[in-house]
Amino acid sequence: MPYNFRLIISGAIFFVMLTTMISCSKKEVDKHSIQIKGSDTEVNLVQRLSEVYMEKLPDVSIAITGGGSGTGIAALINRQTDIANSSRPMKNAEIEQAKAKGVEPVPIMFALDGLAIITHESLPVKSLNLDEVASIFKGEITNWSKVGGPDMETSVYGRQSNSGTFVYFRDTVLKGDYAPSVRRMNGTAQIVEAVRKDKAAIGYVGIGYVVNEEGNIISDINVLNLASDANTTGVSPLESENVKSGKYPLSRPLFQYTNGIPTGKILEFVQFELSDEGQKLIEKEGYYPITSRHMEHNRSLGIIK
Amino acid sequence: MKLIKFKEKAIHFFFFLTAISAIVILLGIFLMLLFNGIKMFKDVSAFDFFFSTVWNPTAYGEPSYGILSMVMSTVMVIIGSMIIAVPLGIGTAAYITEVAGPRTQEILKPIIEILAAIPSVVIGFLGIIFVGPLIAKVFNLTSGLNAINGSILLAVMSLPTIISISEDAIRAVPKDYKEASYALGANRWTTLIRVTIPAAISGIVASIMLGIGRAIGETMTVLMVTGNAPAMPHSFFDSIRTMTATIAIELGEVPYGTTHYYAIFAVGTILFLMSLSVNIIAELVTARYRSRRI
Repeated sequence: MPYNFRLIISGAIFFVMLTTMISCSKKEVDKHSIQIKGSDTEVNLVQRLSEVYMEKLPDVSIAITGGGSGTGIAALINRQTDIANSSRPMKNAEIEQAKAKGVEPVPIMFALDGLAIITHESLPVKSLNLDEVASIFKGEITNWSKVGGPDMETSVYGRQSNSGTFVYFRDTVLKGDYAPSVRRMNGTAQIVEAVRKDKAAIGYVGIGYVVNEEGNIISDINVLNLASDANTTGVSPLESENVKSGKYPLSRPLFQYTNGIPTGKILEFVQFELSDEGQKLIEKEGYYPITSRHMEHNRSLGIIK
Repeated sequence: MKLIKFKEKAIHFFFFLTAISAIVILLGIFLMLLFNGIKMFKDVSAFDFFFSTVWNPTAYGEPSYGILSMVMSTVMVIIGSMIIAVPLGIGTAAYITEVAGPRTQEILKPIIEILAAIPSVVIGFLGIIFVGPLIAKVFNLTSGLNAINGSILLAVMSLPTIISISEDAIRAVPKDYKEASYALGANRWTTLIRVTIPAAISGIVASIMLGIGRAIGETMTVLMVTGNAPAMPHSFFDSIRTMTATIAIELGEVPYGTTHYYAIFAVGTILFLMSLSVNIIAELVTARYRSRRI
């Protein structure tokens, strides 16, 4: 049966080739590549940082995917990623779950975000306080006229539950549940796109998403000034001072979690992010460099000198 | 001699294995869904699961697991898509078989088949950048991410199924029927509406059922364009979140072994049963139509 014989031989050759290819590529992965996964707020920022880093050190390859902070943290717990980007601190339950699997999550703070509340440019409402924002997202206010706008139903955009920003916003602003009518968008960029087209829209996005490559605010949207309560005046997250000092009520550090104190290539990359060059890049991307207090936290972990 | 007999048997066995593998896989999937899904009822009452409209497993306070709004959302986009796709699909099928010349047929048929090959994510993209803004403009809404948008896109996606199966059914109507109708003095339109389509109706119903089956399980498109607001829908202008979208969104982040995890499997089980029953109906109707033809 020469035909069958040939089939078996070619099959065997194919199999050997396949296994060699897989084992080779696996080694390649172990040696040089860093896997980063998680926060959608951070994904473009870290992408940019890694591009610059890889240009300097071409033998390092960094693969970044988004999917939300929850997705990144789940991947870290399941040892499927080296770094988990997260726009919120890990929950206690997650830390316990990680420890049960022998994973030791270490929180590194590498950038500052002033979570922006954005509306359509044509909306006359330019400033709100936190309570008003909370009422809109909780569904207690459903018409813009209640907060000094035109008689128009609000059209509210948020993220999905796997988003760190979804959790951060719920826990710090709403302190309750989102209204079911809030649209759960797949990514931050989708919120920006939807708000640009929707005259009654309000949504929350990381500050890096409201500026384009030239550093100008994206057309058709307005970044609201935000006050912590009815008695204070609203401040803009576009002024770095407001975010750094915490005067802007939604200033928050952005995290990267590693399994144990990072070493080798991963440590070098994190150190690059925290270096002057890295922090300058972060500012160029629309986010803000971390304050000395956050830097002190990173130093206490032993990541930087 | 013996070797040949053995070979015969081995080949026989091999094909038997391939044939039953589909059954094994189907049963395996169903049991996996069922056994995981059923564990949810330890923490959630069946009544709350089926009749509560609030699905909020990641609540700030007490989580709730009611699937009514998402079942309604799924049913709503299906009905919407069929309102659009059924007349369009049957009309196209009737045109191809009864009216169009052979050249038009040659051009039209492959184009409709290509329509089935467009990836759902591309159709979703179309929904975001084109259909959504259009709906907002036409109906004077602020946003076009709603049930209508999903219905339109699902209609587009189920059209190829409906057209090609209805077309087969209409083609299978015996020539005698039509000739008898013409002999009685009926024109082409009357013959088509009164004779051909009624004669092919079981095949057409089967095509609609398979179209629904296609639409029920569709995930990416509805996820992208329906706005994903987990509220109880009141009209086609509301943002909705279907069962498939909920599963796709939440399975990525849910911690293993929690109530939320099992609840997602329970939603999957219900979705599976819904699409299974649609397929069984299609199968039954087709069986009837086959037996009638003989």
